[in-house]
Amino acid sequence: MDVIVTDIAIVGAGGAGLRAAIEVAEQDPSLKIALISKVFPMRSHTVAAEGGAAGVVKPNDSFDLHFDDTVSGGDWLCDQDAVDLFVRAAPEELTRMEHWGCPWSRDADGRVAVRAFGGMKTERTWYAADKSGFHMLHTLFQTSLKYPSITRYDEFYSTELLVEEKRCTGLVAIELRSGKLVAFRAKAVILATGGAGRVFPFTTNGAIKTGDGMAMAYRAGVPLKDMEFVQYHPTGLPGTGILITEGARGEGGLLTNRDGYRYLQDYGLGPPDPWPRNKAMELGPRDRLSQAFWHEQQKGRTVETPFGDAVNLDIRHLGEKKIDERLPMVRELAISYVGIDPVHAPIPVRPVVHYTMGGIDTDINAATPLPGLFAAGECACVSINGANRLGSNSLAEILVFGARAGRGAVAFAKANPHGSERGAQAKAEAAQAKIRALFLNDGSESAPALRRTMNETMESGVGIFRTEESLKQSCAVLADLRNRFAQVRLEDRSNVFNTDLVQVLELGAMLDVAQTMAEAALTRTESRGSHQRLDYPKRNDEAFLSHSIASFSAADRPAIGSRAVVITRSRPGERIYGGGGS
Amino acid sequence: MSETITIRVLRYDPDKDAEPRFEDFIVPYRDEWVVLDALAYIKEALDPSLAYRGSCHMAVCGSCGMMINRQPKLACHSFIRDYRGQLVTVEPLDHFPIERDLIVDQDDFIEKLTSLYPYLVTEHDKPLSEGPNLQSPAELAAFRPFTQCINCLLCYAACPQVAINEAFVGPAALAIAHRYNKDSRDSGEELRSEVTDSHHGVWDCTFVGACSEVCPKNVDPAAAIQRTKISASFRWLKERLLPGGTS
Repeated sequence: MDVIVTDIAIVGAGGAGLRAAIEVAEQDPSLKIALISKVFPMRSHTVAAEGGAAGVVKPNDSFDLHFDDTVSGGDWLCDQDAVDLFVRAAPEELTRMEHWGCPWSRDADGRVAVRAFGGMKTERTWYAADKSGFHMLHTLFQTSLKYPSITRYDEFYSTELLVEEKRCTGLVAIELRSGKLVAFRAKAVILATGGAGRVFPFTTNGAIKTGDGMAMAYRAGVPLKDMEFVQYHPTGLPGTGILITEGARGEGGLLTNRDGYRYLQDYGLGPPDPWPRNKAMELGPRDRLSQAFWHEQQKGRTVETPFGDAVNLDIRHLGEKKIDERLPMVRELAISYVGIDPVHAPIPVRPVVHYTMGGIDTDINAATPLPGLFAAGECACVSINGANRLGSNSLAEILVFGARAGRGAVAFAKANPHGSERGAQAKAEAAQAKIRALFLNDGSESAPALRRTMNETMESGVGIFRTEESLKQSCAVLADLRNRFAQVRLEDRSNVFNTDLVQVLELGAMLDVAQTMAEAALTRTESRGSHQRLDYPKRNDEAFLSHSIASFSAADRPAIGSRAVVITRSRPGERIYGGGGS
Repeated sequence: MSETITIRVLRYDPDKDAEPRFEDFIVPYRDEWVVLDALAYIKEALDPSLAYRGSCHMAVCGSCGMMINRQPKLACHSFIRDYRGQLVTVEPLDHFPIERDLIVDQDDFIEKLTSLYPYLVTEHDKPLSEGPNLQSPAELAAFRPFTQCINCLLCYAACPQVAINEAFVGPAALAIAHRYNKDSRDSGEELRSEVTDSHHGVWDCTFVGACSEVCPKNVDPAAAIQRTKISASFRWLKERLLPGGTS
């Protein structure tokens, strides 16, 4: 067993992980950083984010407005102390990205340009054409190469946390190139492993987004918070689920049904002004737009495509020049993957699983309840996103909370020694034995079959609209899958780049995560934000103005508890969009 | 029986194989499938031991570069329908050591990239309180095309110089260096010139232009390299004509 001793270990090298690593390096260059990722940093899914990052910058905007949009957008499930901190820190972090070279799009006078985004009262979304996440990720990755204290461990798959005397003291990972298990001993660990969209069959998420870090924390006794809140992005391409950015609507794109009718006006989002009105129609929040699609589908007013029902996203009126300048990737993706040039025809789109609002329970300092363990980005739940994230808050979130996780880890690492070598060794050997068992035992269950069943039951039972019946059914299926997974069969027994092993371990993580989503959704007998219960269609603040807290249990299902939401100055009210909201 | 297509994959497992070999897989023909989908089908239904990289499925993460019918391509951006009726041969990217099946060792690229100071170099740290730099749309346009590199390494597989000279820094890394050199906020060109102007920097390039032809993001590394050659020549002249006059 190889043992690597470092000061701070960071798992995940997307936006949040890289930002955390740079923060640690800048705070204290003497601290050794191990940046561990199952892929090369620039493959991380931050790369696929398109529309932009929110931060107050215009003179007519204010922190209060960004706060209000975020809290009401999240249907009052956000912790308001966290949102306050977030909106104040976001512009500074985005400015830092500019200083690091991020090629933000510009106005004619050379200032950073901002665009409108769904649920935002004014233009505050910084963007780099429609490849904002791509440019942020590459800027962060390339900037990280400046710091000698960051040692990267690319293509290492992390399997579990080392916990000793109720403190996180490192982790175990597989070096994919050799198949060797490696123990990382660290004084503090940051998880930045992204979301878990892949538990669903139809998602914008890349193949790597399997909730590994969430599951690692969960199994180590750290709760997962608000897991029932899964965001459907209203505009993905049918078939592939490829994301068509909300920026397309921010620039003035229209959504129409089979009759060419702007149907959103029927769902409290009107009036259908011909010009873009913030927080109305196509610039409503994602939960409302995805739910409106479902209603249109029930009414038979959607467009049939070979890959399911869709509506039309029309950006033709923007003209070729503006499309090429502001939305070049949208055009490229539509031409390549659905054979439609949006300069000449509308793009068929449908809701698609996009983002997990829930995640590893952290406080506003990105600290989890397990001392020495921090988490940031989509894998974490602070929570600033509440029951529905506003588009462009997450790219700012990975910076703000990635940096805070870095600072928290520095303070913790300076105040605490390493765990014991013997403890790490024992834990790591136990981890190795588990993996060895997969190689030695001839399991009977096919991993692809288990994965398909999981995907199907998540879509049928835990989708945009849920009922007690659908959720109970999914919970039962998932509990059964969990048991069957104990007999999973590893087909590939090689050491080098055993991607079958990785997929089996990812499946194990996804099953844990899927269970927390379904069980928390069953427990929440109200409708709020992205969690919509047909049998409980109203929000119920008396009973459910609280976070759900899913804890690992020895039984075949998680235990679901709750914790009050932090309310500082915005009492729960009605979410108003459309003409009434301005 | 419904239509099928044969995917011939180069296989190599260092634990088992003395050398790489081809293996054929018959998969369903689906109009909307890209090669990456066919590989996923093979892994799921036919042979779970097949090893390849891939994630985003939208030509932006750069993971799935491979040789498809001898052309460097992104597997997620290569439609099966374009190969209808043909044998589709899939191999790991040329000019990189194979680790297993379609997975190649990319460490050398990262080292070369790192050697070029691929980040904004400024003389003074600008305080955050001063806010963002101003940069006109024209200044942005001067380097923006070179920011589009997804590090997929198709250009290294296409480059005849990379093939014969492993010390060559190579197209993508030089394009990224050029991206920073042309950024109005940057003052690191001198620093980067240690590598860009060196023998294994731009001067190894013989301007075949294969890199730009295969780039899925239209980065045009060949143009970046030619422009760096011009700048390098000026730097060379300046040093000789104005002794002591450079900084």
